Amino acid sequence: MKDLAAWALNTAKTRGATYADARLVDERARSLATKNGKVGHASDGASQGLGVRVIVDGAWGFAATDALDRPSVEATAARAVAIARASAQVKQHDVRLAGEKPAVADWTTPYKVDPFSTSVEDNLGLLLKVDAELRAVAGVTLAEANLNFRRYEQWFYSSEGADIHQVKFITGAGFAAYAFAGTEIQKRSFPNSFGGQYQNKGYELIEELELVENARRIGEEAVALHSAAQCPEGSFTIILDSSQLGLQIHESIGHPIELDRVLGMEANFAGTSFLTLDKLRTLRYGSELVNVVADATLAHGPGLGTFAYDDEGVPAQCTPIITRGRFTGYLSSRETAHAIGEPRSGGTMRAEGWNRLPIIRMTNISILPGEKPLTLEQLIADTDEGILFETNRSWSIDDKRYNFQFGTEIGWEIKGGKRGRMLKNPSYSGITTEFWNSMDAICSRDQWTLWGTPNCGKGQPMQTMGTGHGAAPARFRNVKVGSAYKGH
Amino acid sequence: MLTKEKAAEIFERVKRHSSADEIEAIVYGGHSALTRFANNTIHQNVAEEGYVVSVRTVFGGRTARATTNKFDDASLRQVVQASEALARVQQPDPDLLPMAEAAAAAGASGPRRHFEETAALTPEDRARAVGAIVGVAQSNRLTAAGIFSSSESCEAILNSRGLAAWHTQTSSEISVTMLAADSSGWQKANSPDVHNLDAVALSEIAARKARESAGPQELAPGKYTVVLEPAAVLDLVGFMFFDFGGLAVLDQRSFLNNRMGTKLFGSNITVWDDAAHPLQSGAAFDGEGVRRQRLRLVHQGVIENLVYARSSAERMKKSPLAGQVGEIQPTGHGFPLPNEMGEAPMNIVFEGGPEASHQTVSQMVASTGRGVLVTRLWYIREVDPYEKILTGMTRDGTFLIEDGKLTRGLRNFRFNQSLIEMLSKVEAMGTPVRASGEESFDMVVPPVKVRDFNFTEVTRF
Repeated sequence: MKDLAAWALNTAKTRGATYADARLVDERARSLATKNGKVGHASDGASQGLGVRVIVDGAWGFAATDALDRPSVEATAARAVAIARASAQVKQHDVRLAGEKPAVADWTTPYKVDPFSTSVEDNLGLLLKVDAELRAVAGVTLAEANLNFRRYEQWFYSSEGADIHQVKFITGAGFAAYAFAGTEIQKRSFPNSFGGQYQNKGYELIEELELVENARRIGEEAVALHSAAQCPEGSFTIILDSSQLGLQIHESIGHPIELDRVLGMEANFAGTSFLTLDKLRTLRYGSELVNVVADATLAHGPGLGTFAYDDEGVPAQCTPIITRGRFTGYLSSRETAHAIGEPRSGGTMRAEGWNRLPIIRMTNISILPGEKPLTLEQLIADTDEGILFETNRSWSIDDKRYNFQFGTEIGWEIKGGKRGRMLKNPSYSGITTEFWNSMDAICSRDQWTLWGTPNCGKGQPMQTMGTGHGAAPARFRNVKVGSAYKGH
Repeated sequence: MLTKEKAAEIFERVKRHSSADEIEAIVYGGHSALTRFANNTIHQNVAEEGYVVSVRTVFGGRTARATTNKFDDASLRQVVQASEALARVQQPDPDLLPMAEAAAAAGASGPRRHFEETAALTPEDRARAVGAIVGVAQSNRLTAAGIFSSSESCEAILNSRGLAAWHTQTSSEISVTMLAADSSGWQKANSPDVHNLDAVALSEIAARKARESAGPQELAPGKYTVVLEPAAVLDLVGFMFFDFGGLAVLDQRSFLNNRMGTKLFGSNITVWDDAAHPLQSGAAFDGEGVRRQRLRLVHQGVIENLVYARSSAERMKKSPLAGQVGEIQPTGHGFPLPNEMGEAPMNIVFEGGPEASHQTVSQMVASTGRGVLVTRLWYIREVDPYEKILTGMTRDGTFLIEDGKLTRGLRNFRFNQSLIEMLSKVEAMGTPVRASGEESFDMVVPPVKVRDFNFTEVTRF
């Protein structure tokens, strides 16, 4: 691999690049799914290729190829240089990179069981067991389950001397039960919606999830939603379960702190951000209980945003994003760090694969748990009247990340400190900073889960990336509930 | 670019490594480039070339797929073995059909969608166009952001029953956002032929929208008459077409369950799926190589037809729903097997009504006493899958209409709107155009004027 990278970097330098890096990626994936007692799909994927990124005349160029012979690699590097020269025709100033000591490193995700060493027959057997449990519930009209494994190996070399080899294992699984009756389709998912739970782990994650053990309950809830009361409309105290809070963090904290959005680089597609530079260290983002970090280090856990080095060769870091409610940090890169007066990148640049340019991505954007012991049941007991929201069903937020609306699959009425009747079609909405300032309780570490969002879309061409979000159940006051069904 | 002959040669090599009852290869790829700009600067500029072979094997009712982007003999042997290993351990599926016969692809051809000048676009060509866009921004004291992309791609499907389908096309796209201090405007267009794109014209419209929506004011949420430009229409209606698959109805995950043959929308709504339409794009065959048929999905508001992959049609014929869903036949809309989704119409064409009744956006505005003009929508998600309630935001050019005129820019709204209700309240339509948004695949849709559009909240800008 080093030889391949050398062909690319030498060509780039010879042709005038003042900076160049080469990323070689070797990727393998297995995806299995069952549906209503049958295999839905079974697929295996392998992909290898090279991406070359250069700065020429103060502007960026990037080219990628899956042909790894010497002439193709050199032609790809030459193409990147030619593209950068074209970029330089339309620029306001030159690209400046924050300094970074070139690293030489070798790192692998800690894992116990290589998921690719497990038998496909056993994998499908597990999914079919889940499927049988779901369909054993009268009224379940569609049962779906999935398992996904990915091994992502990358070699990063730069003209500054970086030489970094990383191997990541990503494992995920989940299932869903649908119940169609009358004029409603209801759905319950486990352990999270839209594919389940994902972490940088081996097959041991699947064993921890207790998929079969939870299937019957989830099927029963999907059916029971048909006879549940409609979620009311009004202003309520609400409690979010940890998976929904994870997505709330992703959308209303994770995206607006991306410095490329703040600086207008995503204005045409993903949007900009309400977190203009004047708000750093001045904005009260949330209540005193809100402490959020962007932490890519292994110490934070096996999140989808955990790595040793980002795709610019910058070491994983922990950046305080919200500290006792005050906004304290952005996600930055070597190109953008200077905009916030930082001498060094925050280490958040990642690419979907060999054929994509690294861009600023969320690492593990997590809210820290409460310091005092507090379980979800204790939090409910402490709530006189409210609604508990579980498992995301829909999510939407404006392009500056102010106004959001979320729906969940299921809700529970809380009355007199007790979990009461089930509510269907629950939704809540608000303005980001007002919402986070209304948080008055968060559960403790034993209730905290590091969730994985495997499908965060950003960039043009679109890139899908996995991000991590640690969260514990939390309570919010005076939140607008039920707008999604207003007027229907 | 990979050629048809090279794809056939790859398939011959793939077959040599297989012991399966049946085998299929999909070979696809090409080269693409995208020049991205923001803050009046090209800040990302990328190009890639790559090809993939995806192999499906079948052993007595069991099937699986494996994919690689390496074409040496060892990699081809490995990909065949991976597919076979995944297939062999399964239980046989009695619903799995033999692969499509060669005749299924016969006649699968459409208008020319490959244009040499689009394929040959260079980084300098794109930079020149971006320079012109930035020129429009600077002359209007605005900041431009957007993309100019181009590509050349190919796709071959070949199977051991002799089916061989081939498609090649080019694509080009320009998207422009113009930003002012407290407002913005947007335009986007794409075409297989780059000569159909006019970077400056798109930029000038986006700039005008940014200028004219400056100083946006808040309007109370509520139900308003709205004029939706084609991109906004596209991004909304795109959320319903996956429900037009036969398998979606068999799975009871479609809003069309128990509604086939009923009049769900207004009489002015007629929708086709037509891969051969001159404004459409894509291959003339589906994921199994079956020729795509032209099919009317909605006729004067009545849900008329579903689309079917081969196996979904067979299953529907045997199901208790068979008498309720209209004509059942494979229509050439299947996704590559194996999959859980079945099929969907991906070449949507709205009829738009008699030409004499077509109104331009300006005419729709002129006939509106009080309403809202929407340029573009954003972050649309499904709130209710059966009533098809969608939520999302307006973006990049939202205007108040008063007495037939655009009078001011508005702060952006959140909507919670049922698609069924919306398509029952269309008061006027324009000439259907090839539209491109961000939430859905491209389609041919008109601008529309709709009454009682349900805005539920307003954001801060």
